Amino acid sequence: MLKKLIAAGATVVLLGASGTAWAGKDLDAVKARGLLLCGVSTGVAGFSAPDAQGKWTGIDVDVCRAIAATIFGDSEKVKYVPLSAEQRFTAVQSGEVDLLSRNTTWTLTRDTALGLDFGAVTYYDGQGFMVNKKLGVKSAKELEGATVCVQPGTTTELNLADYFRANKINFKPVVINQLDQIRAAFFSGRCDVFTTDASGLYSIRASNVPAPQTADDFVVLPEIISKEPLAPAFRHGDNQFGDIVRWTQFAMLEAEEYGITSKNVDEMLKSDNPSIKRILGVTPGMGKALGVDEKWVYNIVKQVGNYGEVFERNVGMGSPLKIERGLNALWKNGGAQYAPPIR
Amino acid sequence: MAVETLDSTTRPKVAPWNDPVVRGWVFQIVIVGLVGLLAWFLVTNTLENLARQKIASGYDYLSREAGFEIGDSMIPYSPASTYARAILVGMLNTLKVAVLGIVLSTILGTLIGIGRLSPNWLLSKICEWYVEAFRNVPLLLWLFLFYKLISEAFPGPRQAISLLGSLFLSNRGLYFPVPLADPIHHWMAVGLLVGVVAAFVVKRWAKRRQEATGLPFPTIRAAIALVIGVPLVVWLLGGAPHHMSWPELKGFNFQGGTVIQPEFTALLVGLVIYTSAFIAEIVRSGILALNKGQSEAAMALGLSRAQSMRLVLLPQAMRVIVPPMTSQYLNITKNSSLAIAIGYPDLVAAVNVTINQTGQAIENILIIMAAFLTVSLGISAFMNWYNKRIALRER
Repeated sequence: MLKKLIAAGATVVLLGASGTAWAGKDLDAVKARGLLLCGVSTGVAGFSAPDAQGKWTGIDVDVCRAIAATIFGDSEKVKYVPLSAEQRFTAVQSGEVDLLSRNTTWTLTRDTALGLDFGAVTYYDGQGFMVNKKLGVKSAKELEGATVCVQPGTTTELNLADYFRANKINFKPVVINQLDQIRAAFFSGRCDVFTTDASGLYSIRASNVPAPQTADDFVVLPEIISKEPLAPAFRHGDNQFGDIVRWTQFAMLEAEEYGITSKNVDEMLKSDNPSIKRILGVTPGMGKALGVDEKWVYNIVKQVGNYGEVFERNVGMGSPLKIERGLNALWKNGGAQYAPPIR
Repeated sequence: MAVETLDSTTRPKVAPWNDPVVRGWVFQIVIVGLVGLLAWFLVTNTLENLARQKIASGYDYLSREAGFEIGDSMIPYSPASTYARAILVGMLNTLKVAVLGIVLSTILGTLIGIGRLSPNWLLSKICEWYVEAFRNVPLLLWLFLFYKLISEAFPGPRQAISLLGSLFLSNRGLYFPVPLADPIHHWMAVGLLVGVVAAFVVKRWAKRRQEATGLPFPTIRAAIALVIGVPLVVWLLGGAPHHMSWPELKGFNFQGGTVIQPEFTALLVGLVIYTSAFIAEIVRSGILALNKGQSEAAMALGLSRAQSMRLVLLPQAMRVIVPPMTSQYLNITKNSSLAIAIGYPDLVAAVNVTINQTGQAIENILIIMAAFLTVSLGISAFMNWYNKRIALRER
C-alpha cells in the first residue's frame, strides 16, 4: 500500500515536472488516463446520439474518435459524457471532460470569458425555424404573436430575441431545459414554432416526430437568422492539446481533398504524390512536429474516415437527415471547409 | 469516602491536558480554526483558479443587457432589460407561485384534514385516498402529468374552448378580459386597504361587545361587505369606468386580455395538491391531539359542528399545527424550483440562463442561494412569531 502511494506520488511529481517542461497538463492527463473524456449531447441524431446498441455515433462523436486516433492510435479510447446545454461549459471548465464536441457554437464570449479555446469548425450551421404545415406560414416574418419553443442556455435564445426585436415581431418563449420535454411541448401544439440550429431541426424532423404526425407535417422556414459555426471546445492553456484537436480536424479535410478514404488508405500509402506521402507519414516529420505517432493521419482515416465520409454517413445523403453539403463542402466545391496545408 | 456535591467549587488539580474544561476549549478552538481554514482555502483556491483560467468573476454582468425573452413576467421586461431585471422577474415569479401555493394548499389541506375526521364514511374515505395518492408519488411526476394534461388535452388557440364568449381555454392557457388601466384603480386599491382595516376594527369591536353583553354580531359577513364594498363604492363614485381589454384571436394566438399560462397552472396545481396532502395530515394530527372532552364540551354548549370546529377545536389545534406547517411552507417555496422541468420562468430558470450566457456559475448560484435563504428565513421568522402569539400562555 505504502509503495503504491509513493509510486503514485512520484508519478504525480514527474507528470507535474514534465508538464511544465514539455506539454500542457491536459494532454498529459489524457495520456496518463489512456482515455479521452468527450462531452457530447444527450442525443441529437446525426451529431451525437447512442444507436440501438448503445454505441455513440454522429459527426461530433467522430471528431472525438479521430482525436483519440491521433493521440492513442486507437479511435475506441474515448469515454462519452452526455451533457445538457447548460452543463456543458462547466463540465469543460472543471475538467470533467477533456473535450466538448457537442454542436457548440464558437463565439467570442465563450472563447474568452469562459476560459475556453475552440478547434476548427466541424459544421457550419445557422439557426432556423420549424413550424407545422397546417399554420400555412411561409416566412419567419409572418410569425407575429407566435409562441416559440426554445431550449435555454444557448445562443439560440439570444438570436431569437435579437431577430424578433430587429423585425419588430412580438413573441412568447416557452423555455424548457430537457430536449425531449421541449420537443414534446412543440409537437403537442403548446408552441407554434420550434427554433434551434437548422441541423437540429432536420435531425428532430427526421427522427422525433411522434405518430400519427409525420416528418412531412412540418416545414423548416427559409430564414437562417444566425451564423453558428459548431466547433469542439477545450480548456484554455494547453497549446499542444489545442494543436492536436485542430490538426486532427484539418487532417480529415486534407484527406478528403486528396481523395484519401477509409477504403483506399492502404493503397494510398504507396502513392507517389509528395503531399499524400507527407500526410500519411510515409515521409516522416509531421507526426513528430505535432508530438504524436507518424501514422496519425493513417489511423484517423482508416478508423474514422475523411471529413466527407463522416459527413455523408452521419448527416448527409447516407443518413436519415439528408442535409446537403452546402457551406460544409470543401472550398474547392464552393463550400467554406478549408484546411491549412499539412507540411 | 468523601461525597462530592454537585456545587463543589474546588476541583482536584489535574494537568491541563487532563482537565476537561481546558480540553473542551482547546477542541473547540481547533475545530473552529480548521473550519475557518477550510473556508479560506476554498475561497482563495477558487479565485486563483478562476483567474488562472481567465474566467471572469464579479457582479459587473448584472447591469449588462440580458438579451433573452421571458414568457411570463409581472413587471415590464424585454430582451433589452438587464440581467438584474431578468433575475428579478424570475424572483417575482417564484414568489407569486409560492405565495399562492401557500394560501391555496393551506385552505385545501385544512378542508381535507377536517374531512378525514368526518363521521361521514364516504367523505372521510375520499379524503384518506386523496392524501395517500398525492403524497406518495414524487412531485416532479405530478408536475409532468399536469403539464402534459394541459398541453395535450386542450385544443390549439384556433379551436379554443370558449366560455361565455369572453373566456378562452386552449393549450396556450386561460385567456380572460381585464379592465383597461384607469386612474380609479389606484383609488380602489386604497379603498381595499381601508376596507381591510375597517374589517379588523369591526372584528375587535364585535368581540368586545360579545364578551361584555353576549350579543353575537355577524362579523364575517360584515368583513366581506367592507372589503368588497369600499372599493366598489369608490368605483361607482368615480363614474364606474368599464372599458375592458377583451382577448381576441389574432394570427397565432389571442391578443389582449390577460392569460394564466399552462406552465404556471401546472406548477401551482402540482404544488398545491402535493403539499395539501401533507397539510391535511398535519391538521388532522393537530385536531386529534386535543382532548376528546373539548369537542364534547363544545357540543354540550350547543355549538354546531362547524362552530365547535371554528371556535373551539381549530384555535387549540393551531398550537400543534403551526410548527410542522412552517416546514411545509418552506417546502412549497423550495419545491417551486422544480418549475424548471416544465418551463415556468422562475428564479432558477432565469439564473440558469444567466449562468450559461455569462459563464459566471459561482456568482449566480450564490444569488439563487441568497434569494431562497432570504425568502425561507422570512417565512420562518413570520411563522415563529405567529407560533409565539398563539402559544399557550403558561402562568
